[in-house]
Amino acid sequence: MPIKSYLVHPQEGKKMHLANVLSEIEQCEVLPAENKEVLILVTETYSKQEEEVLKEKLDSINEVKLMALVSGFDTPKK
Amino acid sequence: MYTSVHTDRRDFIKKMAVLSAMTAAAGMFPGIVFAEEQERGIPADANLDWKKAPCRFCGVGCSVLIGTENGKAIAVKGDPKSPVNKGLCCVKGYHSILALYGKDRLTKPLVKKNGKYVETSMKEALDLVASKMQKTIKDHGKDAVSIYGSGQWTIPDGYVASKLFKGCIGTNNVEANARLCMATAVTGFLTSFGLDEPMGCYEDIDYADTFVLWGNNMAEMHPVLFSRLLDQRQKRGVKIIDFATRTTRTSMAADKSILFNPQSDLAVGNAICYEIINNGWMNKTFVEEHCNFSKGLTKMGYGLEDNYKFADKPETIDFEDYKTFLEDYTPEKASKISGVSVKDIKYLAAHFGDPNTKVMSFWCMGPNQHSRGTWMNNIIYNIHLLTGKISSPGNSPFSLTGQPSACGTVREVGTLTHKLPHGVVMNKEHRELAAKIWDVPVENIDPKPTYHTVEMFRALDRGDIRFMWIQVTNPMVTMPKLKRYRDGAKKEGRFIVVSDIYPTPTTDIADVILPSAMWIEREGMYGNSERRTQYFEQMVEPPGEAMSDTMQLLEVAKRMGFEKQFYYKDETHIEEIYTEYRKHHEGKKHNMAPLEVLKAQSGAMWPYVDGKSTQWRFNAKYDPACTNGKDFHFYGKKDGKAVIWQRPYEPAAEEPDAEYPYWLGTGRVVEHWHTGSMTRRIPVLHQAMPHAYVELNPGDAKRLQIRTGDMVKLTTRRGEITLPASVNERAVPAPMQVFVPFFDEKMLINEITLDSFCPISKEPDYKKCAVNIEKA
Ligand code: SF4
Repeated sequence: MPIKSYLVHPQEGKKMHLANVLSEIEQCEVLPAENKEVLILVTETYSKQEEEVLKEKLDSINEVKLMALVSGFDTPKK
Repeated sequence: MYTSVHTDRRDFIKKMAVLSAMTAAAGMFPGIVFAEEQERGIPADANLDWKKAPCRFCGVGCSVLIGTENGKAIAVKGDPKSPVNKGLCCVKGYHSILALYGKDRLTKPLVKKNGKYVETSMKEALDLVASKMQKTIKDHGKDAVSIYGSGQWTIPDGYVASKLFKGCIGTNNVEANARLCMATAVTGFLTSFGLDEPMGCYEDIDYADTFVLWGNNMAEMHPVLFSRLLDQRQKRGVKIIDFATRTTRTSMAADKSILFNPQSDLAVGNAICYEIINNGWMNKTFVEEHCNFSKGLTKMGYGLEDNYKFADKPETIDFEDYKTFLEDYTPEKASKISGVSVKDIKYLAAHFGDPNTKVMSFWCMGPNQHSRGTWMNNIIYNIHLLTGKISSPGNSPFSLTGQPSACGTVREVGTLTHKLPHGVVMNKEHRELAAKIWDVPVENIDPKPTYHTVEMFRALDRGDIRFMWIQVTNPMVTMPKLKRYRDGAKKEGRFIVVSDIYPTPTTDIADVILPSAMWIEREGMYGNSERRTQYFEQMVEPPGEAMSDTMQLLEVAKRMGFEKQFYYKDETHIEEIYTEYRKHHEGKKHNMAPLEVLKAQSGAMWPYVDGKSTQWRFNAKYDPACTNGKDFHFYGKKDGKAVIWQRPYEPAAEEPDAEYPYWLGTGRVVEHWHTGSMTRRIPVLHQAMPHAYVELNPGDAKRLQIRTGDMVKLTTRRGEITLPASVNERAVPAPMQVFVPFFDEKMLINEITLDSFCPISKEPDYKKCAVNIEKA
């Protein structure tokens, strides 16, 4: 049950658009900064495989300039 | 913002993930706001009492505001009024108060009886400590007792320790863990300038155009300060150059990352000096007016043998001698030694050489934990002196500290074997001043230093030292070549007292464990990297019988018959001690701010003269102690001139060979405070970084078929250890190098490190020894 948080740097001027794109993905929670061009993304998946698929999907989003992993937690299933 | 309210575990973990990202973001984007989330943590009906304190952790010395409610610290935020952090905090600072409330806090004194720890009262434990110390002195002499403290000691802790041991008992067996991290910075300053600690201040960041980071992973070790650099880049487009042996978060954030072979920074530094002189970039007027040239002994050895002694023999040389010496360090020659391209060496030199570029150098453990560390510090000063880029806003060689009071307590109070609060034990006038203030006969203060840290633990092993009191530090995790020193400490006939807040591998070797009051559970002061002294009041009660380290020392001193010297009243002892301590530093060169000032603002920088902090020392415009009538006055040296040192490149004590083909370097991670005894008890930090690992270069990992998570065996001439691999994660070592953090007491990397040290500073080189690695 991996939970990961990222700092996501959007392409110029695309912060809010990117926030919308990301929040439509089921495993993602997004928290855009009020005053800077960066978003916090928390992903929650049920397995390593699911996480890898999600990561690929995220990597292919055009509005993403850079994604930096900040923390990763692996919790036992409930 | 941290608060202690959390419910469901998975939600809690998610919240931690958000918090970690928020704190990382705060480090990269000063002033960033995630409005809702930051307020969400504070209970709506909270009625918090906010008070200021310097952060408990690193040497940046951020000022934090701590919110207490019903006698408990429940929230932390950065102090917006602080000139240090301007309202920011890093992940450790935000969670710092949780370290007060770990489940296994030590609350009762424990005394070892028949191999088992038995709870006892504080009174009985302190009686035992005092009587054991007296008996040891009677049986084995005064130099058989010792104290080993810390850069996390408050100023009063270190001051009373020094007064008791050096002034009253009469032994110079006083050392602190800053020997393992800052001793080289001290000898660097003393040899180049005659006075310790940086001439500039953090405000230099607001003026510099280029930042050169010498082997210093600031993004993880000094995160708030690094965020100020990034802020300047956003605002003014400054350049950040990372010069290191591995690719870290700092390298990734820098404008340019340059990698060098371990130990070869000496050669590159000299090549920069060569370029400055040979391209006509030297500031001739500055050098002629304000600098001398010297050389010292070479091939000094590495201190690997017991009772190793070294004293440098400085010799004056002239500019031409120095210029000839640098012929060995043309960029081409230095490139061969260092692996740095000629182009990159010239690139670095050009930043220093450009008269219109203000340059700030930062360094910390890279040049300090270095078997030729004093030399490396000297070389960085040489570069700044040759170009005159020193002691003025934005031109600043800045040696950073790791601990909250390595400067305040160890360097300024002088809790090292050769030091006194003002000056050194070898100097008669300095001894006389200390004896007068301490109210002890001057003969009490021994004019000969005894043991530096590594030698102190060797003396304990040999039996020359029989009693050791360890406060606020964890040497059974941090000593290099650990096994020898652990076995030595456990020998028959040794008596070890450990004052701490949690059980650690060091309390495991104790005969008496004294529970200490931590940080805001008592009153005190810390001194940070920029000569800033900061005060904190007691905000909450310590648990159980826990007592401040200052109070423990006072109680033992009185029991040993030194009531006259330790006359302070319980209610006002911190104020009385600080007032007495200030007397040692009176005068324009080091005056400390009065306590009222420290209480009223976020600290003050010494020399504090005529109601003002001194931001740039040795510069007549800012520093009232300059008296030579010139623009600059390096008054730490008798002739008022700084010294440019001729210091060559020499190899490390142990370098990779056929049997042990890799370099091993050790260090820290952003989540953990040093040995992790506090931060591993903070859930968010522990979960974010639960155990140590060995970082490998991806090419090496591929060749050895090692993937992240695989167990890897590391073998050195000292022993072996197995750790999980980390490949292409947080940082990437250069080929044929590995890195291991030292915070994890379950994976003690120091079991296999080497106890070589810089012969001048006696600080161990934790960054370099030879290791073999294989898949376990
Ligand atoms: S940077 Fe250092 S002083 Fe500042 S909050 Fe972090 S640990 Fe504390």
